Amino acid sequence: MDLIDFPEMSRGASRALRQTVDGAFRDFARAYGETLEAIFAPIGHLLTFLETLMLDSPWTLVLAVICGLVAVMSRSWKITLGTALALLAIGYLGMWEDTMRTISMVVVCTVLAVAIGIPVGIAMARSDRLRGVVTPVLDLMQTMPSFVYLIPVVMIFGLGRVPGVIAVVVYAIPPMIRLTDLGIRQVRADLLEAADAFGSTSWQKLKDVQLPLALPTIMAGVNQTIMMSLAMVVVASMIGVRGLGQPVLQAINNQYFTLGVMNGLAIVAIAITFDRATQAYGKRLQKHLEAGHG
Amino acid sequence: MADPQGPGSDIEIRSLYKIFGPQAARHLADVRAGMGKEELNTRHGHVLGLQDINLTIPAGRITVVMGLSGSGKSTLIRHINRLIDPTAGEILYDGADVARMSPADLLEFRRSKTAMVFQKFALMPHRTVLENVTYGLAIRGVGARERERTARHWLERVGLEGFEERYPNQLSGGMQQRVGLARALANDAEILLMDEAFSALDPLIRTDMQSILLDLQQELHKTIVFITHDLDEALRLGEKIAILRDGRIIQQGTGESIVLRPKDDYIASFVRQVRRGKVITLGTIARAAPPADTPVTLPAGTLLEDAARALTLAETGRVNVTDAAGRHMGVATLARMVAEMIEPQDDDEPASIDDGDPSVAA
Repeated sequence: MDLIDFPEMSRGASRALRQTVDGAFRDFARAYGETLEAIFAPIGHLLTFLETLMLDSPWTLVLAVICGLVAVMSRSWKITLGTALALLAIGYLGMWEDTMRTISMVVVCTVLAVAIGIPVGIAMARSDRLRGVVTPVLDLMQTMPSFVYLIPVVMIFGLGRVPGVIAVVVYAIPPMIRLTDLGIRQVRADLLEAADAFGSTSWQKLKDVQLPLALPTIMAGVNQTIMMSLAMVVVASMIGVRGLGQPVLQAINNQYFTLGVMNGLAIVAIAITFDRATQAYGKRLQKHLEAGHG
Repeated sequence: MADPQGPGSDIEIRSLYKIFGPQAARHLADVRAGMGKEELNTRHGHVLGLQDINLTIPAGRITVVMGLSGSGKSTLIRHINRLIDPTAGEILYDGADVARMSPADLLEFRRSKTAMVFQKFALMPHRTVLENVTYGLAIRGVGARERERTARHWLERVGLEGFEERYPNQLSGGMQQRVGLARALANDAEILLMDEAFSALDPLIRTDMQSILLDLQQELHKTIVFITHDLDEALRLGEKIAILRDGRIIQQGTGESIVLRPKDDYIASFVRQVRRGKVITLGTIARAAPPADTPVTLPAGTLLEDAARALTLAETGRVNVTDAAGRHMGVATLARMVAEMIEPQDDDEPASIDDGDPSVAA
């Protein structure tokens, strides 16, 4: 008996397996592709709207609005000044347009991830059974190489921005869900008991106690989601998402070192800006916890 | 024994059982048939929380439930607003059985009839002191202006004026519990449930808080259920005391009756630590006799320590004792007071001492 080679299935059977699954999926994509595209079309509209808004407005205004938002969130002139300088450098080096596209992409993906992730996280925190089902799915989403789930997304939606957004959201949503679940589960039991004792409904408990107390943890989830969306920008450019990822892809293919580094640094600059702003905001939410005894 | 000034009715707890575990109802019969806590736990893996609790909590008074940890006292208080569901039994209030209330009725009951103060304060760390006190009113849908006025009033009453905008973490433990008390009082509920409310505080602050509570109660006449593991606290606050052990009430009555006639060795061992002169009243030791020739006359409710002090100051050995209506009731001697204040020897027969107030004793 041969103990060296693994007794694998026959080539024919293997081919048949692949063909059956691929065939079935292709049929599914053909049958429902248009319906799914129609359902997800609003994402495309939202993205187009935001991109047009940022690209058609005077750059001074866009710069002012972004710096204003950063200032409001971080309440730090250092972070705000850093953001302004980074954006000015990006514009001067000719990456303004791609940067705006990437920012709008990240914003849309984050909004979607938060809008889906928080309700799922809440549901998960309330049901151990649901948690048991969702957790392995999240593990799968986080560990599966992103190229692999680009395949079915492209089969259904083709190339373009909408499949790009879907791929990014799939990759970036797990921390949002996990940290919402964690944040709500960490709320002290005696506070929930107090809320019960005063006659709170479960909606009041969620709104007045659980979500506010989980908010710092949820903000950490938002931060993670933004970082992961940015990390996916280059991969998403492979299926036609425009922005800072495309020049990087081009640079890889043609060995344009400077082009690659410049766009890479632009991504880093946006990442740092988003990260500092959201973290400063999250820290401020926890201010009441740091106050010492009076 | 409803207080004429106090609103609401007594709380009647009848044949209350609580068994913790997935098949509590199935083991109820075993417990009723006499299966003990140990056996239930080892044979069936269920925990016996409360067994056959029968307790009347008089309206407008402070009732203290005393017991050591694991005695079931926290479980018992949580049955009154049904934070814990009973396995069997009734909790009657105002003609309704809390144990059988629908979810909507229970919510309404908790919102309007009860308020609770917690051992670890359970204040919302993300809300200011003022926002914490308005919490109960907010979930009832009281308007913003109205609830702020109420909250400020109660914060002032517990001596926290000027701290409205602080966060709980900025306050000391005693101040935090005053916020907890104000939050409960702002609800204007007839029943105030206090779960070891002062146990986490330093001794001096604890005494302080007890005084605040007693002062407030003098005018509010709420039905207060107070849980504690501290007999001194129980004796100071409780107009009625129930002692819980292993989920069972082993004695209930006035503090004085428990100190004078502990029902078993377990209670006797507690009572031995008590300063008896602060618990026993003059009426208990007075002997029926015609008025004596002495300058001192005191009411029957005077504590022995205070009476002894008065006699010492007046340099006399006897006191005339009057009843609640001010009529002469009997005479007490200093020697008898001192004998009563000194803790009895173990071989003393506690039952030989004169009866306390039989109308309140169980």
